Amino acid sequence: MANFASKGRRPHIKALRGLVMAVSALSFVSLLSLSNIEALAASGQETLPHSPVNADAKASALQLSGKPAGGTADHSKFEILQQDFKSGPEVTKACLSCHTEAADQVQHTLHWKWETKNEATGQTLGKRTVINSFCGNVASNEPRCTSCHAGYGWEDMRQPPPSDPEAVDCLVCHADTALYKKFPTKAGHPLYEPTPWNGKIVQPPNLSMAAQSVTNPQRENCGSCHYYGGGGDGVKHGDLDSSLNHPDAALDVHMNADGLNMACTACHSGSGHQWPGSRYSTEAKPTTITNDGEETKTAKIRSLDQHAGLMEPSASCESCHSARPHDGNDIMGIKLNDHTDTVACQTCHVPEFARGGVATKTLWDWSTAGKLKDGKPYKVMDEHGHPSYMSEKGDFEYAENVQPFYSWFNGETTWTLLDDTIDPTKVVEINALGGSATDGKSRIWPFKRMHSRQPYDKANNQLVYNHVFGKDDTALWTNFDWDKSVPAAMEFIGKDFSGELGFVDTYMYWPITHMVAPKEQAVRCTECHAKEGRLDGITGIYMPGRDNFKWLDWIGYAAFGLTLLGVLIHALLRIIFRNRKTQA
Amino acid sequence: MTDIPSSAQSEELANKPDVKKRAVKIYTRYERFWHWSQALLIFILAFSGFNLHGSLTLVPFPLAVMVHTYAAILLLLLWLFTTFWNFTTGQWRHYLPQNKGLFAVIKFYAYGIITGAPHPYSKSLNRKQNALQSLAYLTFMVIIGPALWLSGIAYLLYGLWENIQNGQQIFTLVAFVHTAAAFAMITFVVIHVYMTTTGKTVFHYIKTMITGYEKIELTPAEEAYLEEQQPGMLKKDTQ
Repeated sequence: MANFASKGRRPHIKALRGLVMAVSALSFVSLLSLSNIEALAASGQETLPHSPVNADAKASALQLSGKPAGGTADHSKFEILQQDFKSGPEVTKACLSCHTEAADQVQHTLHWKWETKNEATGQTLGKRTVINSFCGNVASNEPRCTSCHAGYGWEDMRQPPPSDPEAVDCLVCHADTALYKKFPTKAGHPLYEPTPWNGKIVQPPNLSMAAQSVTNPQRENCGSCHYYGGGGDGVKHGDLDSSLNHPDAALDVHMNADGLNMACTACHSGSGHQWPGSRYSTEAKPTTITNDGEETKTAKIRSLDQHAGLMEPSASCESCHSARPHDGNDIMGIKLNDHTDTVACQTCHVPEFARGGVATKTLWDWSTAGKLKDGKPYKVMDEHGHPSYMSEKGDFEYAENVQPFYSWFNGETTWTLLDDTIDPTKVVEINALGGSATDGKSRIWPFKRMHSRQPYDKANNQLVYNHVFGKDDTALWTNFDWDKSVPAAMEFIGKDFSGELGFVDTYMYWPITHMVAPKEQAVRCTECHAKEGRLDGITGIYMPGRDNFKWLDWIGYAAFGLTLLGVLIHALLRIIFRNRKTQA
Repeated sequence: MTDIPSSAQSEELANKPDVKKRAVKIYTRYERFWHWSQALLIFILAFSGFNLHGSLTLVPFPLAVMVHTYAAILLLLLWLFTTFWNFTTGQWRHYLPQNKGLFAVIKFYAYGIITGAPHPYSKSLNRKQNALQSLAYLTFMVIIGPALWLSGIAYLLYGLWENIQNGQQIFTLVAFVHTAAAFAMITFVVIHVYMTTTGKTVFHYIKTMITGYEKIELTPAEEAYLEEQQPGMLKKDTQ
């Protein structure tokens, strides 16, 4: 823990010293007020990470996690961690000598099993089985994909993950990410010897140093997988990318490195290595009511009730902010609170995603993959430096500052799985969103709607798996031959393939919830309460400013207009015949 | 819409020695305050409301929300107090429907006013409004007004009933009723404002509603009573 905490503090002290000197030259008053810091800096004494004296220190301190700050153990002082570890599992063995239940806990989570039963739809979901609209499928591509499994050595998706407790990877979530990395193609293992990669020799991590650096997971830990899904930084989610390692308030008010600096686990806060907040079962309309029907009045009570098992753990905005979060003492606050039954917090408070300078992929057309130039794969870059074509993967589009797609959502998604029949004349929804205006469980949610063109079996009208990774003679990324890669993947999992390959347009929906902007930058009223506004496609609800009652408006305007015309004519007649009275 | 006898009628009346026209304060200070503050609020509500409806874009949506809400609360308070006032002072009787002479009044406004016919109704201390007027104001007070304030209050208190079953459909119904009543209201206002120009002069009725005084027929008994008991209600007779 000490290693992690002390990282990068020196430059701050230097900068501080320079600042103090400059300020003291400017004014005696400033000198007085800063003399305390100057004394500390001059003596070379390091301030504690959370010391109020050091204005910069907070950024280098640990992030705010689900557990209160201030541990009682310094892992760099444990003898068992000072050995020369030869492999990841050896480190895990050392961890488990104290943390006896950790591996068992992890092995019961979605992070481990990559499989979950959706009770509402009966579907078996999880990375192990689903097809997504990015790389497609894990099976037959294991050592590449399982580089993001929270363990070591899951090399065959047809088998459950390894049951050996030492196969759990503690370091990927707990070690300083500067000291430990899983290698992209080693089925979850880091390097154990110097290895050439992309024309460079990559050194293996010092596992002893890594083991001594462990602490509660920082954003960098979760991000080492969740930022890079789909093959690169920010590619998949749109609201999760490496810009969240050091975000300012404008990018994310909660993770703001100079503010709350919340770690992922501050919200995804659970126990026993189980975290709430899976996209396979989203809470679209989170409750603030306990299982017994008691209203939890404050965030503190909700937190205690969740820990006590009196309500389900939740990673929702409501957990802290309640279902009526705006100031109830003024009309505007009351009006805004009146939205929370139908509009998710994120809909207004995440006006755009991919706001941190990292672009997200918005289109992936697999159908063009496999083209070669002079018999060699090639790459075309767009004007922003993102690939727009790769022989391995096809055509891409990237975007930054993307306005979300909006839809009613009750938290349930119905996936198009391998055995499901598709209608290739329509856009296939990879994870069709459940919900409607009238079910009482849905709210209007923002999404990244990923558009892809993916391989399917033209004869059976089913999506197919694809074998992309491997140094064999069938992998697409090695051989650029669709006629080999799809049959190889289908054979691998024992599914029929007619041999007729087609490509079908797909949509995949990614709920947007991170990158919460400061309230001043929330979506303006008029962006939705207007014709052709953000919520133009949302049906089943009456929205003032957007909607009218067609024939009522016709009658209303006609009555008003004809009345106006009538009185004008009447007035005109009175003027024309104004002399009648005296003649009478 | 307030009416006074036409000149022809006046000549006729002048021959009757027992009926006298006097300038009487027929609209009390509170009544005039009610009328003009209500008029102002209705205009504010109409403009901000149709701004919210998307018919106009005079101000940004959130400002229209605030203006509409505050004006609505003020109007509700005004109406609450006025209802109290109407019943405690007995003024409510003026709004009771009185179908006698209704057709004559309609006929007068339809073409009598153009051909120069006399107004069929003459205002008295007990009955400030003609039959058509009573009917119009009654519609305003019993149908258009309540439709607006009932749906408006339901809309304002949405947070209290948002979770009931079919909440969204009921919300749509509330918005429908409110919008329909608002169209009726602005149509009413057009007619009402136009009718104020049908007096002796174009601004005669507006002046009356500002000063409160109108020349009406008084029986000797009424005149004597007012002279004796309510001298403030009579302007010093100049004739």
